[in-house]
Amino acid sequence: MKKRTPKAIGRVVPRKEGRAKVTGEAKYIDDINRDDLWHGATIRSSVARGSIRKITFDPKIPWKEFCVVTAKDIPGKNVVALIEGDQPLLAETRIEHPEEPVLLIAHPNKEMVTRARATIQIEYAAAAAVLDFEKSDTVFKSYSVNKGDVDSVFRRKDVTIVEETYFTGAQEQLYIEMNGVIAQASSQTGVTVWGSMQCPYYVHKALKALFQLPDDRVRVIQTETGGGFGGKEEYPSMIAGHAALLAWKCGHPVKLIYDRAEDMAATTKRHPSRTRHRTAVDKNGKLLAVEIDFLLDGGAYVTLSPVVLSRGTIHAAGPYLCDNVRVQSRVVKTNTPPHGAFRGFGAPQSLFAVEKHMDRIARVVGVAPEEIRRRNFLKTGGMTATSQVIQQKLDLSGLLDKALKKSNWKTKREKFLKHNKTSKIKKGLGLATFLHGAGFTGSGERVLASKVAVEGTEKGTIRVLTANTEIGQGTNTIFAQVVSDALKIPYEWVEVAQPDTARVPNSGPTVASRTCMIVGKLVERAALELEGKLIDSGLLEKNGEPSQFRKALVQYRKKYGELKGFAEYIQPSHVNWDDQLYRGDAYGAFAWAAYIAEVSVDTVTYCCTVDRFTAVQEVGRVVHPLLAEGQIIGGVTQGIGYALYERVVWKDGRMANNSLTNYIIPTSVDTPTIDVIFLEEPYEPGPGGAKGIGELPLDGPAPAILNAIENALGVEVNHIPLLPEDLLRVCEAGR
Amino acid sequence: MRGTASDYSLVTPKSLCEALTLIQQGAHPLAGGTDLMVLFEAGSLQWKSLVNIAGLKELKGIRFQQDRVELGALTTYTQILEDKKVVSHFPMLAESARLTGAWAIQNRGTLGGNIANASPAADSPPSLLAYDAEITLTSATGDRTIPYVDFHQGYKKTAIREGEIIRSITLPFPRRHSHTYFRKVGTRNAQAISKVVVAGLAHIIGGRLDQFRWAVGSLAPFPKRCRHVEKILWGNRVAKDLIQTACDNLKNDIAPIDDIRSTSTYRMIVARNCLKDFLEQLL
Repeated sequence: MKKRTPKAIGRVVPRKEGRAKVTGEAKYIDDINRDDLWHGATIRSSVARGSIRKITFDPKIPWKEFCVVTAKDIPGKNVVALIEGDQPLLAETRIEHPEEPVLLIAHPNKEMVTRARATIQIEYAAAAAVLDFEKSDTVFKSYSVNKGDVDSVFRRKDVTIVEETYFTGAQEQLYIEMNGVIAQASSQTGVTVWGSMQCPYYVHKALKALFQLPDDRVRVIQTETGGGFGGKEEYPSMIAGHAALLAWKCGHPVKLIYDRAEDMAATTKRHPSRTRHRTAVDKNGKLLAVEIDFLLDGGAYVTLSPVVLSRGTIHAAGPYLCDNVRVQSRVVKTNTPPHGAFRGFGAPQSLFAVEKHMDRIARVVGVAPEEIRRRNFLKTGGMTATSQVIQQKLDLSGLLDKALKKSNWKTKREKFLKHNKTSKIKKGLGLATFLHGAGFTGSGERVLASKVAVEGTEKGTIRVLTANTEIGQGTNTIFAQVVSDALKIPYEWVEVAQPDTARVPNSGPTVASRTCMIVGKLVERAALELEGKLIDSGLLEKNGEPSQFRKALVQYRKKYGELKGFAEYIQPSHVNWDDQLYRGDAYGAFAWAAYIAEVSVDTVTYCCTVDRFTAVQEVGRVVHPLLAEGQIIGGVTQGIGYALYERVVWKDGRMANNSLTNYIIPTSVDTPTIDVIFLEEPYEPGPGGAKGIGELPLDGPAPAILNAIENALGVEVNHIPLLPEDLLRVCEAGR
Repeated sequence: MRGTASDYSLVTPKSLCEALTLIQQGAHPLAGGTDLMVLFEAGSLQWKSLVNIAGLKELKGIRFQQDRVELGALTTYTQILEDKKVVSHFPMLAESARLTGAWAIQNRGTLGGNIANASPAADSPPSLLAYDAEITLTSATGDRTIPYVDFHQGYKKTAIREGEIIRSITLPFPRRHSHTYFRKVGTRNAQAISKVVVAGLAHIIGGRLDQFRWAVGSLAPFPKRCRHVEKILWGNRVAKDLIQTACDNLKNDIAPIDDIRSTSTYRMIVARNCLKDFLEQLL
C-alpha cells in the first residue's frame, strides 16, 4: 500500500518560526547591530498647522560630529509615494500636522542623539488648524453606492423611518515591536533597507521615487516583525526613507527605531468616523430603504484613506438584503497625523453603525434583536448593497442560531432581567451579525497582478518565494501547509524565504485578509506548476510518493540547475466590478459571522466588563485551527479595546496620551473566555477552500458590546470608545 | 528611551548610615525604581545623583507587636500579599497591593516608595490612612515618628525633610468587627492608574458609628481623609437621610480635576457612589 502523507491543511502543525521566537533566536530589527552603525532620530513639528520660520541649533552640541538631513538633501522627489504623493518625507516650510518630520539627525553614539534631539528649536508662523473632521471642507475622496430608488420609499406614508448618528474614535494598532529600520545607502551601491514591515514592495516603490533609482538599485528586506495590524502597511515607507537619507549622507548604515512615545504620537491610527443612518422599514421590520452617510477623518494627507473609505462604504449596509440603498461617503482632511490602515480597514467603523442601528430598528418596531436580523439577512442568490449576487452557500440564520445557543441567549436574557432589578451590577447580552470581504476591493487584485514563485532546493525540499510577510499571524506556516498538500510532501519539507525584494517576486501587500485566500492560492498553483515541470522532465511519475518527489527534485537540480514554479493572479471569471458606478462584485468572497457579548456594568463606577464572548464565523475551510482561533481571539480582544478602553486623547491635533500608562488596552483580566466556533463552507477559489479571516473578528465586538450595555442598562449608547466617563454622562443625561 | 544613563550616578551603600550620609549630601534614594525608571525612560528624571537603597536590611522586614505591625519601608507589595497575618488583619492594604501594577511591579515596588513618591493617585495611601497608620522617618541625625495623616501636605509635598527617608510604617490592628471598604477605580481591571481610590473603616456599637474613617486618592492634590464626611457620621446611627447628608458633604472634602485619565464630574460622582455603597452596606 502507498504511504500517504497526512494532509497539512486543517491540522495544527508547528509554526515555522515558532521555535526561533520562543527561544529568542529570532532577530528583530533592534537586535541587529553593527560596529559602523550610526543612530538616527527625527525632529518633528510641534504645531498643527503653519510654516517654519527659523531653526536654531544649540551651540553646546558638537554638530560637526552629526549628520543633519533636511528636505534639500533629498536626491529625488520629496514625497512618500503611495496613492496621491501629497505627503512630503520632510517638511520644507509648510506644516500640516503636529508630528510632521522636519529634520533628521544621526550620530555614532546613541546618547548623543538623545541629547541633541531635545535641543533643536523650531519657530513657526502658526495658522488656523482644522481639528474637527465634521467641520472640514477639504474632501480627499468620496463614493456613492446606489441601488433601487431610495427616495420614493421615503415618500411613502406606510413606512416607519428610523434615524440615528453613530461615532467611532481613533485606535492605535499597538503592535509590540515599534517601527524601526536599518538603512545602507550610497550612490555607488544603491539603497538597502532592513526593517519591521508588512509590505516590502511598498517601501521599495517609495525609495525608488525618493532617490530616483531603478528597481534593481533598491533592496528591501523584512526582518522578523513583532505585529503590524495595518500600522506597518504604509508607515515603513516613511521611516525607511528617513534612515536611507541619513545613510546616504553620512556614509554609514543608520538605525532608526522609534520609542513607544514617538510611535504612538507620530504613526497612523484607525480613522475616526461619523455615520448617519436613515432607514425605512415596514411594520414587521423589513428594510425597505437604507440611506447611509459615512464620514471619515483622514488626517493631514491622503495616504491610504481612499481605500479605507472604499471598504467602509461597501460594508456600510451590513449583511442585509434591501432593494433600495444609497450610501454616500467622504474622507476629509484635518490637521492631525494621517490616519491609516488598521485591521478591518474602514469596515469596523461602518459595521459598528449598522449593527447599532439594527438594534435601534428592533426597538422601534418592537421585535427582538435576533429576529430583526433574521428577517433581513442576505441569502444565497440575494444582492448586496453594491448589487453583488451572493453565489456561495450562505446561511446566516444558521450562524446566528449557533451563536444564540452557545451563548445561552434566551435563558440568560430572561435571567438578567430579573437579576438587574435588585443588583448594583447590571448584566446584559448583545449581538452583531456581519460580513467581511477578503482581498482587495473590486478591481484591486486585478490591478495588483500578484506574482509568486516556489523553488526546489538542492536538498529536494521546497522554498516558497513571496513578498508576503509573517507578522505574527502565520503566513509562513499556512504557505507551507498549502504547498505540503499541493505536492503531497511532508510539511517539514517546505520552507518560506525571508521577504527580500532582490529575491522574491511582488505578491502584493500583506493586508486585506488576502494572504491566505489570494496569495495562498497562487502558492498552490506555483507548486503545481513546479510539479508539472518535474513530471514533464520524465523524472517524476504522476502521483508519486513523497520520497520519489524528493529524489526527482534532487536529480532535476543536478541535471538542469534551478527549478522554479510560478503563478500570477487571474481574476476569477465570476468577479465583475464597475469602478465608475461602484457596483458589482466588490470581493471574491465574504466571511460571515454572528458575535454575542455578555457584559456587566457596575452602576457604582460605570465600569463595563465583558464577561463572556461568543464568536461564530464562516471563513471557508480553516487552514490551521489553532492559528485561526488565535486570529479570532486576538481580533475580539482588540475589538473589546476599541469598544470600551482605547481612547486617543487629542490636544491641538496631537495624541496627548501617547504612553501605555494612559492609552488603555485590555489586559488578560479584562478579556473574557472567548468561545470560537467555525462553520466551514469551502470556497473553491481559495487554497484548500479557505477564505480571508484576519480582519473579520475586529468588526463585530464593538456593536455587540454596546448592544449588550443597552440591554443591561436600558439607555442608548451610540459612540465608541465608551469609557466609564462617557457612560456616566449618558446615564446622568437620561435622569 | 529618552534618558541618557551616562548623565546619572548611582551609588550602592553598604549600610543605612552610609546611605543617610549620601542623602544628607543631596543624593536621591532609589528603592524599587518602579516610579523613577518611568521618569528616566521619558527623559524627565531630575535627580542625577542616586543612592540605591534597595538592599538595606535596616529598612526591610514585617514585625508584629502585640497590637500593631511595623512594615519596613522596603516591604514590597508581594511581601505584603505573601504575609497571611498582614492580609487577614489589613485586607484593604492587601487589596491595594494586589491592585498596584503588574506582578513585576509588585515584586519590585515598595510601600515606602509608593508613599515617598507622593502621587495623588497612589493606591496604598488611602488604606494606610483608613488604618490610621504612623510613619517613621530617619536621617543622619535620628528617627522621628508622626501620624501618617500629617504626612501628605500638598501636591507631591510631604513631611519628609532634607536628608530624611522613610524607615517604616506602623499600623495598629483595627478593632474587632470593624467594617472595611476598599475600591480602586481604574479604566481597566488590572494595571491601571487610579481615577478614584477609596478606603473606609467603620466600627459600630449599639447601632451607632463609634469609629468612621474615609480616605481617598485621585480626588485631591494629595491622598487625604475626608474630615467633613467623617464628622457627620461619627457617633451617629446609619440611616438613609444620614447617608444622603454625608454624600452631599463629600464635595467639601475633595477637589477632583479633569486630566488625561478622567473628568472631575466622573470622579465626584463615583466617589459619592462609593461612599454611598459603603454606608448602605452598614444599614
